[in-house]
Amino acid sequence: MQMSLVIDANKCTGCLQCEMACSYEGEGVFNPTKSRIKIFPFHEEGIFVPYTCTQCDEAWCMHACPVEAIVLNKTTGAKEIVNDLCVGCKVCTIACPFGTVNYNADSGKVIKCDLCGGDPECAKACPTDAITYQDANWTGYDKMKDYAAKAMPAK
Amino acid sequence: MKHLIIGAGPSGVVAAEHIRKFDKSASITIIGDEPEAPYSRMAIPYHLIGNIKEEGTHLRHTAGHFDNLNIKIINDRVTKINSKNKSVELTSGGSESYDKLLIASGSRPVSPPIPGIGQPGVHSCWTLEDARAIAALAKPGAKVIQIGAGFIACIILEALARRDVELTVVEMEDRMVPRMMDSIAGNMIKDWCVHKKIDVFTNGQVSEIKKVDGDHTFKVSVKTPNGITELDADLVITATGVRPCTDFLEGSDLIIDDGIIVDKNMQTNVADIFAAGDVAQGKDFCTGEYTVQAIQPTAAEHGLIAAQNMVGAERAECGGTINMNVLDTMGLISCSFGLWQGVEGGESCQLVEKDKWRYLNLQFDGDVLIGATAIGHTQHVGVMRGLIQAEITLGPWKDKLLNNPLQLMSAYLACTQSAEIKS
Repeated sequence: MQMSLVIDANKCTGCLQCEMACSYEGEGVFNPTKSRIKIFPFHEEGIFVPYTCTQCDEAWCMHACPVEAIVLNKTTGAKEIVNDLCVGCKVCTIACPFGTVNYNADSGKVIKCDLCGGDPECAKACPTDAITYQDANWTGYDKMKDYAAKAMPAK
Repeated sequence: MKHLIIGAGPSGVVAAEHIRKFDKSASITIIGDEPEAPYSRMAIPYHLIGNIKEEGTHLRHTAGHFDNLNIKIINDRVTKINSKNKSVELTSGGSESYDKLLIASGSRPVSPPIPGIGQPGVHSCWTLEDARAIAALAKPGAKVIQIGAGFIACIILEALARRDVELTVVEMEDRMVPRMMDSIAGNMIKDWCVHKKIDVFTNGQVSEIKKVDGDHTFKVSVKTPNGITELDADLVITATGVRPCTDFLEGSDLIIDDGIIVDKNMQTNVADIFAAGDVAQGKDFCTGEYTVQAIQPTAAEHGLIAAQNMVGAERAECGGTINMNVLDTMGLISCSFGLWQGVEGGESCQLVEKDKWRYLNLQFDGDVLIGATAIGHTQHVGVMRGLIQAEITLGPWKDKLLNNPLQLMSAYLACTQSAEIKS
């Protein structure tokens, strides 16, 4: 069963637990700027929007990588950075039309969501179920994909 | 079905792999003219820095990758295409036949017409062979002059600086990276380089490279509006742009302008011949015109589309590729997308933060983003591509962006992701 991160902005309180959990899992530090999931506040509307990679089928990042440093994890469906191979050229950061691959100047490599190998820390850390890890066939995921499709470059 | 691919760069390799996905039994052959495993030129600077070994530049890393896919790679060079009998002639004297041919021969550096350019010690930085020559001469303390401050030139700057050479850059235009950066951005990058102890001559032209006896190998004459300066050099690197490799197509029936003209299917004007990557003059998403882009993402996308149409399984069309680049100049990261120069009647905003080495330029046509330049911004930069290529209607968010371009990510989310966010 393919699982995916399902995000419901209406439930997000902006507590940033997910960013802390993510940066600790990914980079070993509690530093939201190193998180692969980001919370964007809309203060006027009183809304917080969690945002990260949807592991899209098109995998713009993976196809743009010149040295095969982004690979598909066939179990989780995640597109993962292979740190040993990433040279830090950043082409994936401009190729991803969703802006979910970012450069980390400290390591000289790029970072993106890898679903923590199938047990995402952000979902575990979220106290309000704004971020859940669910069966990809669940309807909420389709809704997310629809949003993503709207933001997809015309083919 | 026999598929023949000229060129072992990203476009040719991506095409070969995708042909194999669609057709398990087809014969697939790649002809590459360098005696190396298929590699990425983009990775060469990181090899020069010493971050990766030569193997780290390779496009594929699994042992036996091409054998396993039954993709044959020949080290040879095509001298002529005979489209009548569907074959190509090779330097080695042999020939190869094809049912479908893909020309992905890439580009090569242009050699500026400067006296003394052809001698040893004067190199371009394009192939692994070039990288080896540069690595041998760029010793600590060596005086290195780089001609050109374009995209490739800037990427190799850091590699050279880290080798502790004394570096001078000479650029003809009034700023650095003139084809990717506007005046503010190009000069900010120049200031950054000067700040990093690199001598930069803009509006400068190297007029002669003379071999001399003495402590250094060359005397290099640089002409600027202030007169002529003579500089010592042990190594001269030319990085003044690249041009599609189409020499071997002279006399063919192919229509060639800057590159080989292709249609939306990456098909040339000659039956069963396709072109992709740096050598192809394909559709630009932003202008609708056919231009040579010579960038990695376009090479890969061309390769994918060409492969699909060569197999003929499902007709694939290229809606146009977007010209974009990302550049790391001695740690200062910049990127540009689409029509960063703007269009007539369009609106724009520029946020210049000189003290933070940051710059953001957004260009709009109506309420759609059509181009952007950024310096010092590395988070979520891909949304600039997303907004441009999906032609997202920004509505009221355009005015918010004109006021504060740093709200780019909020604008993106509001317009694409969340129906709940009203403005």
